[in-house]
Amino acid sequence: MRRITYRDALREALREEMLRDKTVFLLGEDVGRYWNGAFKVTKGLAEEFGDERVRDTPISESAIIGVAAGAAITGMRPIAEIMFGDLSALAMDQIANQVAKMRYMFGGQAKVPVVIRMPFGAGVNIASHHSQSLEAWFMHVPGLKIAMPSTPYDAKGLLKTAIRDDDPVMFFEHKLLYPVEGEVPEEEYTIPFGVADIKREGKDVTIVATLYMVHKALSAAEMLTKEGIDVEVVDPRTLVPLDKQAIVDSVKKTGRIAIVTENCKTAGVSAEIAAVVAEEALDYLDAPIKRVAEPDTPIPFSPPLEQFVIPNEKSIVKAVKEIVY
Amino acid sequence: MKLKKEKMIEMYRKMLEIRHFEEKAFELYGQNLVPGTLHLYAGQEAVAVGVCSNLRRDDYITSTHRGHGHCIAKGAQLERTMAEILGKKTGYCKGKGGSMHIADFSVGMLGATAVVGAGIPIASGAGLSIKLRGTDQVVACFFGEGASNQGTFHEGINMAAIWTLPVVFVCENNLYAMGTRQSRVMLIENVADRAVAYGIPGVSVDGNDVLAVCEAAREAIKRAREGKGPTLMECKTYRHKGHSRFDPATYRPKEEVEEWLKKDPVLRFKAKLVETEVLTEKEADKIEQDVIAAAEKATKFAMDSPYPEPEEALEEVYA
Ligand SMILES: Cc1ncc(C[n+]2csc(CCOP(=O)(O)OP(=O)(O)O)c2C)c(N)n1
Repeated sequence: MRRITYRDALREALREEMLRDKTVFLLGEDVGRYWNGAFKVTKGLAEEFGDERVRDTPISESAIIGVAAGAAITGMRPIAEIMFGDLSALAMDQIANQVAKMRYMFGGQAKVPVVIRMPFGAGVNIASHHSQSLEAWFMHVPGLKIAMPSTPYDAKGLLKTAIRDDDPVMFFEHKLLYPVEGEVPEEEYTIPFGVADIKREGKDVTIVATLYMVHKALSAAEMLTKEGIDVEVVDPRTLVPLDKQAIVDSVKKTGRIAIVTENCKTAGVSAEIAAVVAEEALDYLDAPIKRVAEPDTPIPFSPPLEQFVIPNEKSIVKAVKEIVY
Repeated sequence: MKLKKEKMIEMYRKMLEIRHFEEKAFELYGQNLVPGTLHLYAGQEAVAVGVCSNLRRDDYITSTHRGHGHCIAKGAQLERTMAEILGKKTGYCKGKGGSMHIADFSVGMLGATAVVGAGIPIASGAGLSIKLRGTDQVVACFFGEGASNQGTFHEGINMAAIWTLPVVFVCENNLYAMGTRQSRVMLIENVADRAVAYGIPGVSVDGNDVLAVCEAAREAIKRAREGKGPTLMECKTYRHKGHSRFDPATYRPKEEVEEWLKKDPVLRFKAKLVETEVLTEKEADKIEQDVIAAAEKATKFAMDSPYPEPEEALEEVYA
C-alpha cells in the first residue's frame, strides 16, 4: 500500500470532503495561501478552492468558533482550525457553552456540524503556552465528540467521519505526528467513531494509549518483548464515544492494564479510563491499574525539564514491569 | 523636544544592544543551540527604546512572543536574557520560560506571554493595582497589530479607560501577523483610530524614528502618571526577518522589504546623531564595538551556564 504522511492524510480528507460537499469550508488563522496553516496541513487548498472556502481569519479564536457555530446551525459544515490547542482556551465559551449545548438546550432543533481541529503535544521546546494536551477539558463537556488519530490511516478516516457527522467534533492532532508516514489506501474509506483499534496484540498486559503516546507504547512493547512480556496496545481513537468494550475485553484477556496519556495525571483522561476498568472489569484484574501521565505541572521550556515531564518508553516499561512481576 | 546628549547616546546604545543581541541569538539558532523557536525584534528597536527611555525602574511593562527587545530596553541583563533563551538554569525563568516567556520582575518587566493579546488586560490589572496602592507608577503594554483583533484588546483597554488607569497601550504595527497582512484583517489603516471607541487619546507615530516614539510616549506616560488615564499609541514599524526563525517571509513584496530596510531605525538614529554632532563616526563605532563585546560576553555566559536539573520541573507550581 502507498505510504503518506499524517499531514498529507489530513489534507486528503479535507480536500475530498470539500470536493464532495459544497457546504464544507475551512476557517482559521493563516490557513490560506500565504502560510498554509502553521503545520502546512492546508497547503494548496486555497489555490484549489479559493479564499472564500479556505478563509484566513483575524487572530480571534473566540469569534472563529462562534462564526463556525453560526454557519453550522444555518446549513454549512465549517472546519475551524485553532493554531495551537492551548489557544482553544480563548474560545472556551463558544466551544463548551455554545457549540456543545445548542442542540440539547434548543430541544433538538439545532444541528451543529462543526469540526474543530487543533494540534496538541509537547516535545518541541515551545513552552507552557504551546505544548499542552487538553483533551480532558473537552471530554468533560457533554455534546462534544472527540477524535485523536495516532496514524495517517486513522487521521484520514476519522477526519472524513468527523466532517460528515452532524454533531460538533473536537479533532486533536499531535505536532510530532505531522511528518510521520504510514499506509493509507488510495480508495475511499471512513472510520466509525467509537471503535478502538488494537495497534498490537498481546496476552500479558494491556496498554491503552492515545495520540502520540500510541507510538511510545508500541516501542515500549518492543522493548518488553525482549524481556518476555507480551503487550497489547489499544488505541481508543475516539474518546467520545469511547469504546469501553474493547478496553474491557482486552483487560479480560490480560488481567493487567497501564494507561498512557500525554496530559497531567490529575483528572486526566487516564482517570476516566481507569474508572471504566474499575467499574466494569475489576474482577478480571490481577494487579492494580497503572497510569503513566505527565506530572501536574505546566510544560516547561528547557529540554531537560520538558523531557522529564513527558511520558516516554522508559517510564512505560517501568510501569508495566511494576504490574507484571 | 530637547533631549540631553547623554540621554540620546544611551538610547542609541540600547538600540544597538538589542540589534546585536538579536544577531547573536539568530546565529546561535543557526547552530542549533537555541531550543524551540525564536521571534526576533530586529527592525523594531526604536519602539521599545523610545517608550522605555521614559520609564522609571519601578514602572512596569508587559511583553509578547517578540519580547527580547522589550526586556533589554527595560533594563534586563543581556546575560540572563540569553541564558533563558538557551534554556539554562541561570536564565531569568530558570529555563522554564524560554524566548517567548522572559520576565524580570526586578526591573518591572512583568513577563512575556505567547498568547497573542493576553498581556493587554494584565497590563490594565497592573494599572489598577497602581491606582489602588496609590503610587505614581505607570505601565507600558506592548503588543502587535494582530493582537488588536483579539477580544482581550477591547475588554482590557475599555476597562483601563473607564477606570482612568495609568497604562500606555503600545501597538507595534509591523504590518504582518505571521503571513497575514493588516489590510486583510482590518478595514482601518491606523489601529490608533480604535481609541475613539474607548474615549481615550489615540496617536500614530513613525515607529522607526526613536525620537518620535520617545516624544509621543513621553506625552502618554506623563498623562498616565498624572492620573489622566490611558493612551493608545501606535508605532508603525517592520520586522526585518520572518515571523519566526524558519519563515522565509515570501508573503512580503521584495520592494516593500527594501523600502523598510532603508528606514532601519538603528542606522537612521546613528545618522541623525552624527549629523547633529552628538556623536562622531568614531565615537559611534566605539559604542558599537563595546556593544558587540557585551553581546559576546552574554553569549559566553549563557553557553557556559548549566542546564537545570530535570527534577526542577516539579518546582514552583504553587507558592
Ligand atoms: C491567541 C493566539 N493565537 C494565535 C497564536 C499564534 N501566533 C503567534 S504570533 C502570531 C502573530 C501575532 O501578530 P502580532 O500580534 O501582530 O505580533 P507580531 O508577531 O507581528 O510581533 C500568531 C497568530 C498565538 N500565539 N496566540
